Amino acid sequence: MLLNQFLLLSAILFTIGVYGVIVRKNGVLVLMSIELVLNAVNINLIVFSTYWGIAGQVFALFTIAIAAAEVGVGLAIVLLIYRNQRSVDIDELDEMKG
Amino acid sequence: MWFFTHVWIIPALMALSFLLILFFGKKMPKKGAEIGIVFVGAAFVLALLTGGNWIAWSNDNPEGHGPAAEGAALANVDPSCSSVAAEAAAVGEGVEHVEGKTAASEPAAEEKGGHEEVATRPVVSCVNWFENGDQTISIGTLVDGQSVLLLIVVTLISLLVHVFSTDYVHGDRRYTHYFAFLSLFTASMLFFVLSENTLQMIVGWELVGVCSFALIGHWWEEKPNSDAALKAFLTNRVGDIGLLVGVIVLYFAAGKSFSILDLNILANEGGISHNLLLIGSLCLITAVMSKSGQFILHTWLPDAMAGPTPVSALIHAATMVVAGVYMVARLYPVFFEGLSISGSSVNALSMIGAITALFGAMLAFVQKDIKKVLAYSTVSQLGFMVTALGVGAWTAALFHLFTHAFFKACLFLGAGSLSHACHHSFNMVDDMGGLRKIMPKTFWTYLVATAALAGVFPLSGFWSKDEILAGTGSFPGTEGANGEYHVMLIMLLLAAFCTAAYMTRTIWYAFYGEYRGHGTPHESGPRITTPLIILASLGAIAGIVNLPAAFDFLPEGTQTRFEHYVEPVGLYFPAITHAGFNPVLALVSVAVGLAGIGLAYLYFFKNAFAGLHGLAERNKVAAFFKNILVNKYYFDWLYTTVIVGFVKGPLARAANWFSANVIDGLVNLVGKTAVGSGNWVYKNVDQKVVDGAVNGAGSSASGVGAMLRLTQTGRIQQYAALFFAAVAILAGVFVVVIG
Amino acid sequence: MNSAALIIAEVVPLVTPETTFDVPANVVFAVQAVVMIFAAIRVVTTKNIVHAALWLVVVLGGVGLNYILLQAEFVAVTQFLVYLGAVIVLFLFGVMLTRAPLGVSDDLDNNQKKIGIGVGVALLAVLSYALIESFGRSELTFAAYEGVAGPNTNGRTQAVSDAIFGQYLIPFEMLSLLLLAALIGAIVLARRD
Repeated sequence: MLLNQFLLLSAILFTIGVYGVIVRKNGVLVLMSIELVLNAVNINLIVFSTYWGIAGQVFALFTIAIAAAEVGVGLAIVLLIYRNQRSVDIDELDEMKG
Repeated sequence: MWFFTHVWIIPALMALSFLLILFFGKKMPKKGAEIGIVFVGAAFVLALLTGGNWIAWSNDNPEGHGPAAEGAALANVDPSCSSVAAEAAAVGEGVEHVEGKTAASEPAAEEKGGHEEVATRPVVSCVNWFENGDQTISIGTLVDGQSVLLLIVVTLISLLVHVFSTDYVHGDRRYTHYFAFLSLFTASMLFFVLSENTLQMIVGWELVGVCSFALIGHWWEEKPNSDAALKAFLTNRVGDIGLLVGVIVLYFAAGKSFSILDLNILANEGGISHNLLLIGSLCLITAVMSKSGQFILHTWLPDAMAGPTPVSALIHAATMVVAGVYMVARLYPVFFEGLSISGSSVNALSMIGAITALFGAMLAFVQKDIKKVLAYSTVSQLGFMVTALGVGAWTAALFHLFTHAFFKACLFLGAGSLSHACHHSFNMVDDMGGLRKIMPKTFWTYLVATAALAGVFPLSGFWSKDEILAGTGSFPGTEGANGEYHVMLIMLLLAAFCTAAYMTRTIWYAFYGEYRGHGTPHESGPRITTPLIILASLGAIAGIVNLPAAFDFLPEGTQTRFEHYVEPVGLYFPAITHAGFNPVLALVSVAVGLAGIGLAYLYFFKNAFAGLHGLAERNKVAAFFKNILVNKYYFDWLYTTVIVGFVKGPLARAANWFSANVIDGLVNLVGKTAVGSGNWVYKNVDQKVVDGAVNGAGSSASGVGAMLRLTQTGRIQQYAALFFAAVAILAGVFVVVIG
Repeated sequence: MNSAALIIAEVVPLVTPETTFDVPANVVFAVQAVVMIFAAIRVVTTKNIVHAALWLVVVLGGVGLNYILLQAEFVAVTQFLVYLGAVIVLFLFGVMLTRAPLGVSDDLDNNQKKIGIGVGVALLAVLSYALIESFGRSELTFAAYEGVAGPNTNGRTQAVSDAIFGQYLIPFEMLSLLLLAALIGAIVLARRD
């Protein structure tokens, strides 16, 4: 197996995730896209752990834990937005409009 | 030795007591109080035995002096927790290895003062706490004179406060909970005092903070009490950051070691650069400022009086608030070298201490609440201790800590006894008066403690205060001090004057004149008066443990006992010198104290200076100054209104304004400039050069402006798109072009 | 003599790399890679939110499969437990609680599709270029795992746990604190009052 087959797969997943973050309107879908990005990063960590030692796996585990926390807080925020705006449409959150 | 290696039993006893009271207290006949008293009594006995053993251990010290002996004196240090100390001990054992070093440092040893001083033999034992990578963190006990002193003080005051509380908080709704927290506090304080490394110190430090929080808010149903508890906690958090940063700095400075002994030895022998020590000590001073109520972070301490009075006596007068002083004393080489205390005339520590001493004493004048007077007095006296440490008078600071614990605890408990009699009011101006005849025991003990605090000869406060004043080295004719701190001497003398005067004021309001409260006051019961009598007698006589060396008419071996047993000598302590007793200074300090008492006596008792009475009502200047004092120099106002208000309101608004005006303006400006330059191009280039290019240039320039305007849509995802596009471009530049 | 032998011993494996060409593993990889990419694209393009969550299951399962191919069993199991078990359920709850349209909806994407595609392609181009430039056709050797799983041990899982509770103990503790903070934060944010 080549190193690059995993790395390229991870790169493709990452870009798809970025596309999702940019394009999706629904808050929950944006969070899902972020999960894609995080998983792509995790694949990288594991691939390089076969090179440089077990630490990569440890950090992948840390990332999984942090991602779980992130989803929890993220969904709580989405819920709050829903409660205040009756919608989770991110396009409508333009209070920062200049 | 057995006592020194098993000293952990003392805090463990108190922790056990906490758990027992928590789980079984409610079922006991006395609701848990008896568990606390039995355990703290046992702890006190053990502490006394440890103290006795320490004296014996110091007396039959076979080592001589000199570097070799100083190294060998560290032989009782567990090598697994203090590698540097263990190394020094190993070097010390083989004297021939250190001959070169001996010759080099012999003069330093002689500088240490005329009388023969034998290296202290600290006993350090530890166990492995946890490991992280190759780093092993240990937890253990460090026994030397300083920790033994605090062991005895803490357990003694705690025992008396326990006894006092059985009457004072009798019938309270959370009686059991109260005693559980007293036990937990005592355990934490002892844990802190015995700390072997700085990490352990942080743990103890935070634990006492938590107990203080819980006990200040003991009656949390009333809003001011829970507010005071929160204030204490949050103010302390500010200083805790300093402690955390300081400990981390020192950890790396000492080559990744938390060990107090290692740190001290390295700091002492120049193993750590001066700048690191300076940064570390400044961070730690922040911690001292919050925990020991030093100026600008002192505001929590008077509010902490919302807790039950025995708690104020134990935590906010005698023990917890001296944690900061203790920490400085523990890591003294760090401060001594970092602040260049020796041979200097000003430094951060002494300045903060002196300001606190003076300003705290002045604030005590305008308080109506007797406990607040005592709280500001505590702030002021802690200032004395911190100044003493700042000027190099280490022993004087610890000695003052020792004596202050007795008379201040006595004053607080006395105030508790007064309020017990006057329907739980602390307002001495409106609700007390004339209690001299009704409560003779409280009156006399209070009077003795006041005289001790004011520094009346020959009570204990006189000796310790005099040592601090001499330690500033500023008074002409004082020999042997570490520097010449003139400003500090003046401020401390003024503070001493104020102290004597405001204490006389409380005596007048509480015990003389007519009774102004309602109901009939009565003398408190024996469980309240006995602790008062014990503390007052200790406050009166504690001075004899450190009579000046100059008193050579006394039998050999009765002077400076405190210094001899408490102050460490050796590699882990700087070579400080001791200011000699100066009879003129002693006279001056007594005179200042008596002048304070006398003036206040004339003013209040004899109604002298009639013109001054009610001055604040008539004179605008006086009213102005009184207002400043009544509002505590507006510090609380500064914190709550100005700082918090600023962060809450204007800062948030400013950020909003900034993003609305500046950033948008910038974007608009870019757009306008682009349009403007387009126009310029149109007018100049276009007319003169190619006509066809004109329209393109102009419209593209205005298009750029419009596009930049478009970027400020407020749509997060567009920002994300821009962000990732920028990442792609930059990464492309780095990878393709540069790499 | 000795040193020469040592040098040879060190150099030889580099000169003639042990071929770990492993047909079944590569077949598995190829199949799941295609499935994963397809599923990932569906996640970001489907018009049904619930379907998106289900496609996400496929992607996350594929990532777990990747971990197994890379001989990181413990992480793979964690991936299955945490992501497939917990996170997906959380997402479905999020979909339900926000009353998202459960059927097909045309209003899930904004008008930035072109920008998104452009950015994505640019990113992918840069990433692929960098990866191919730096790693080319280098083989996966699992060099770091050799010797980790010695006799009488529980393999790499033990090594992972040793690392977490040894060298990385403090990050681990910080992480538990972070989870606590996230827990409190989520409760504070989501509760009604």
